[in-house]
Amino acid sequence: MPRNWLIPVVLLIVAVALPFVVPTYYVQFISKALIMGILAMALNLAVGHGGMVSLCHAAFFGLAGYVLALLSPGYDPASLLLTLPVAVLASAAAALVIGALALRTRGVYFIMVTLAFGEMLFFLFHDTGIAGGSDGAYVNAKPELSIAGYQLLDLASPLVFYFVILAFLLGLIALLTMVVQSPFGHALAAARDNERRARSLGYPIFRIRLTAFVLSGAIAGIAGYFAAAQFGFVAPQMLGWHLSATVLVMVLIGGLRSVTGPLIGALVLIGLEEVLKASTDYWKLIEGLIVIFIVLAMPNGVRQLWPMIVGPAKDSDTKPATTAATEATHV
Amino acid sequence: MDLVTFGVQLLNAIQYGMVLFLVASGLTLVFGILGVINLAHGAFYMLGAYLAYWIAAYTGNFWIAMAAGVAIAFVVGLLLESVFIRRLYGRDHLAQVLLSFGLILVIDEFREIAFGKDVHSVAPPAWLAGSIQLTDNLSYPVYRLAICVFCLVVAALIFLVITRTKIGMIVRAGAENREMTRVLGIKFDVVNRYVFAVGIALAALGGIVIAPISTVFPGMGDGMLILSFVVVVLGGIGSVAGAAVGALLIGLTDTFGKVFFPSVSSILIYVLMAAVLLWRPNGILGRREV
Repeated sequence: MPRNWLIPVVLLIVAVALPFVVPTYYVQFISKALIMGILAMALNLAVGHGGMVSLCHAAFFGLAGYVLALLSPGYDPASLLLTLPVAVLASAAAALVIGALALRTRGVYFIMVTLAFGEMLFFLFHDTGIAGGSDGAYVNAKPELSIAGYQLLDLASPLVFYFVILAFLLGLIALLTMVVQSPFGHALAAARDNERRARSLGYPIFRIRLTAFVLSGAIAGIAGYFAAAQFGFVAPQMLGWHLSATVLVMVLIGGLRSVTGPLIGALVLIGLEEVLKASTDYWKLIEGLIVIFIVLAMPNGVRQLWPMIVGPAKDSDTKPATTAATEATHV
Repeated sequence: MDLVTFGVQLLNAIQYGMVLFLVASGLTLVFGILGVINLAHGAFYMLGAYLAYWIAAYTGNFWIAMAAGVAIAFVVGLLLESVFIRRLYGRDHLAQVLLSFGLILVIDEFREIAFGKDVHSVAPPAWLAGSIQLTDNLSYPVYRLAICVFCLVVAALIFLVITRTKIGMIVRAGAENREMTRVLGIKFDVVNRYVFAVGIALAALGGIVIAPISTVFPGMGDGMLILSFVVVVLGGIGSVAGAAVGALLIGLTDTFGKVFFPSVSSILIYVLMAAVLLWRPNGILGRREV
């Protein structure tokens, strides 16, 4: 059926055309949603594909943002080519240390240990004077992408910024699809589904999981870097576990077993928050109840609603091609 | 540091550890018996403190506030178990994490509607409000000593119930081998409900006890949740004795860390946790593979 490639192509055309038809506020809003989508996809590499329920990904996200804030020289823009790799490396290093300790444990211990270490980073930025303590710090100018003094892209323009995010997003979808379908991805899924059997087949479980965890943390760093650049501000809340849990909700909404599902989850949740914030003061109450409802009624995410909308699916062609492909490898 | 100051700090450490134990024992009991990880545990600690403030403001009596606060938390626990938590048995940890996160959002907003987001303080009972003069310029609040005594009594009660009564036997058997206990005719529906309610009540009790020496503020549950997790990771999950060991370790590390290494004190307990993870990944008193 042509629907397998039709949906992604239509979505891509919409994504490219959208910023030209909506007001600037919404261009920035969608950029923000896509950044959260990158974070959710990163987290899902650990949670959905690796079976590691991490509650410290906000710490990797926020850490990269703080690196940009610390490396930005006063009111001048920082160099993107210099600061992005440093920020991502910092997140990856944090993920390596936390992952190496946390992966000595399983299941519920892993959740608690990641939560605790994530909060350690939160308190590090909250309690000490690094970058303004609990007040946070400003990133006064968007980083610039220039080679030998010649500016390639002007990130200060919301439109350019949006397309840079979109490019990173598409690259990430390609990368994650490749990773999940590679022998490494299969080994990671095997370790998730049956650790004992995967171990007895000779897979180095600890190293495979740690690699996935570090990759996932590094990608979370990319999201955090651009989030800090967009908001022009970093605060300790960026590293807090409430954000980690919120991103987990996005992952659950989108569905755990796909590459692009968490992106859809992020768009759904951020859109929902925007609507709720505009309509009620008690939006957190409603959001909490919705989260509880989704957990209890739709354990496989909102994609369960899909067959009700378009009629029962013949096979797994209810999501973009990448999803169907990853599903096939997991069944 | 002279002996008196050392003694004062030691008392502070023990008092802090004992309150931590109250809260963390509830968390570890709920996980041990129900197999459910409850992120909303800290929210009930916060709720307990707000209830104490609210009831004490109305009645003017701290003890009524304590009794009523614990009773309310217990009933809320019974209700939550029968409506939400029991649907989580056998679900994966992710579902448990997210449902309890949803509960946190709901409880936080409820607190905002009912009590606002102001910071409050609670007066201790009048006869515990004084201080003991230790030296010319050093005194120790009686209420802090009372916390130590009170928490010790509660801890002793918990241990007595778990090691000496039939209910405790069921709880221990359930933590050890759930299926076998069920086959022997124990109805876990009822056990689960009461264990969850007791766990919630313990969290609230911790919040009520701490209210007179700390302030009552919206974010207080978060910090306590993290600390309880660290306690449980240190002690070994499901083990009440482990929670006691972990809580005292944290109390000592945090209190003396602030005295000797003030600049790095906030990350010392995490260094301690990392060390225990390297040494015994299942906790100091943990045996089970989790």
